Amino acid sequence: MASALVPDAPVLEVRGLTVEYETAAGPVRAVDGFDLDVLPGEFVGVVGESGCGKSTMLFGIAQLLSPPARISAGSVSFRGRDLVTMTAKELSATRWRDLSVVMQSAMNALNPVTQLGKQFEDTMRAHGERSGEAIQQRSVEVLQLVGIDPVHLKSYPHQLSGGMRQRAMIAMALLFTPDLVIMDEPTSALDVVAQRSLMVQIKELQQRLGFAVVFVTHDMSLVSHFSDRLVVMYAAQAVEIGPTRAVFDNPGHPYTRGLLDAFPSIRGPRVPLTGIPGSPPNLLNPPVGCRFAPRCPHRFELCDAPPPLYEAPGSLAACHLHAPAVAEVSR
Amino acid sequence: MTQAAPAEQAGGVAGAPLIEARGLTRHFKVGGAIARKTLHAVDDVNFTIGDREIVALVGESGSGKSTVARLLARVYTPTAGDIYYQGKPLSGFRSRRDLLAYRSDVPMVFQDPFASLNPAYRVSHGILRGLALHRPDIPRKERRAEAERIVARLGLDAAGDVLDRFPYELSGGQRQRIGFAQALAYRPKLIVADEPVSMLDVSVRIGLLNLMAKLRDEQGVSLLYITHDIASARYVADRVMVMYAGHVVETGPVEDVLQAPKHPYTQLLLDAVPDPRAPLSVGPSSDRGEPPRVVDPTPGCRFRWRCPLAVETCSRITPELVELAPRHDAACHVAVAAAGRGNVAVRSDVAVRGA
Repeated sequence: MASALVPDAPVLEVRGLTVEYETAAGPVRAVDGFDLDVLPGEFVGVVGESGCGKSTMLFGIAQLLSPPARISAGSVSFRGRDLVTMTAKELSATRWRDLSVVMQSAMNALNPVTQLGKQFEDTMRAHGERSGEAIQQRSVEVLQLVGIDPVHLKSYPHQLSGGMRQRAMIAMALLFTPDLVIMDEPTSALDVVAQRSLMVQIKELQQRLGFAVVFVTHDMSLVSHFSDRLVVMYAAQAVEIGPTRAVFDNPGHPYTRGLLDAFPSIRGPRVPLTGIPGSPPNLLNPPVGCRFAPRCPHRFELCDAPPPLYEAPGSLAACHLHAPAVAEVSR
Repeated sequence: MTQAAPAEQAGGVAGAPLIEARGLTRHFKVGGAIARKTLHAVDDVNFTIGDREIVALVGESGSGKSTVARLLARVYTPTAGDIYYQGKPLSGFRSRRDLLAYRSDVPMVFQDPFASLNPAYRVSHGILRGLALHRPDIPRKERRAEAERIVARLGLDAAGDVLDRFPYELSGGQRQRIGFAQALAYRPKLIVADEPVSMLDVSVRIGLLNLMAKLRDEQGVSLLYITHDIASARYVADRVMVMYAGHVVETGPVEDVLQAPKHPYTQLLLDAVPDPRAPLSVGPSSDRGEPPRVVDPTPGCRFRWRCPLAVETCSRITPELVELAPRHDAACHVAVAAAGRGNVAVRSDVAVRGA
């Protein structure tokens, strides 16, 4: 388990992950050269709008993609072993024991005609746990961890509220004390109050049990208080990576700034908001240079070439405004 | 009163608000034949919507806000109470002609722009049909030109081109604009918009909210904006109504309600809104955000199980809306007592914010 690791070596190293969907019109690159390191116990938020490739990226990490999607390049190294080249058998030994996934809609992820306890039991038996007593004990433990009364082991999913179902999904993900939990918008079907309460609980569990989290969401404000690091995705690529607070205080990419400026605030003065004009590019035929350039207010001649990740004041940003020569002039 | 179509009798009853709900109630039967129960989706709700006014109806899922929308759109008929349109009760609109006239004055815009447009027809279809049905004054030949004018007014570029596309060719934001275009084609007085932006990306949401404000300012249309996102309500609405478990628990001018909430539920709702600009503040939350019980409810405040301020009275008497500040009402025994307006014993160790 975690003790086998060199301290502070990343638990997850994604390098150049590229996922393509085969379509009649040619391959669509939904994730394009994505890099990410996740340290043990770190909470990484990935934000982006619909169609930016954030969920495809998660599925690529967890090796849950199915045709027409496929990983066409890159590696996903989890605790030093490449998941992309693993056989199905090796994968199923690792998945859920060391790396678990919480899906967006718990209503669809839980079996509607099976009691919660039975689903927990199936999961543990599938991963080699034989003792009924141990299974029962662990099931009670994880439910208590997420604040659900263990009597609900006998409940069916429809007998639980939306928030409880999501909690049950998280309990299930924690059955084997994994090193990494991947979450795909687990709160998007919940109300603000339930959403807030679930986020607080995920954070508490994460700090107590020490697992790392990769949390994908379209709602940037949601992770603002919970994630250590933030990755902003746009049109299949990571456009900004940095400590969450720094990105919010000093966004390096014009897209990140646009996203932040689009949130109405309930506190402070009522300011006119603009949003971001235009819409994301078609990934079948993305712009050659910077993919945000057609919508960008700061566009200039360099933007015809694709920007690498530059050192920005608080983060790394894929924007030519931070190219050393340009940044020098503007200073 | 005679059963005149609302559109014919200009202005309706003099001095009456555009829409007024009085004691509006809608119950649903749930359960089988043996364990028959009653779900109180909307219970004794009173409100008005004036001319050129955007009213936000805010609440969590299951609070009854969509049921209010459907009652307004005449999809449901009320169990008790009634809605008055320009002073005339909707229950009096029985003929097809009356209902058609009412529906063209009060159209609805739906939540899901991917499901609310017919995929088999071009975008122009819905707008042209609306014009044919509700605007007999426009000759057939001029409908197309009118549709182009409406679409252009909604900020869709190359209007002629958009009308000939199929819904799948449009982005979510464009589709929702078409939803508004269909509603606008009827020359409406009030658009009931049920979560019109919740399925859209953040960067395009603002464009639609701005559009709603523009419709109010330039076309004089009123809007009932139904949302669970209280921050966006602040951005666009003049007044806000907060619903909880079928009751309106607080109502008032949007800034007053947001800056000085009177009802503990409104306070909880505001505290739960993530605000990236606010400094880091993560306190443990004991509230699980469980939905309220509205099946065969007993008397008393429906928020009392989650309420940090609940006193004994709350489990006996259902609180009613009381005006605690100018045009700002709340239905809470504790808030009323704190304002020196009731006779409920309030625990001395709790303070009601804004009171």
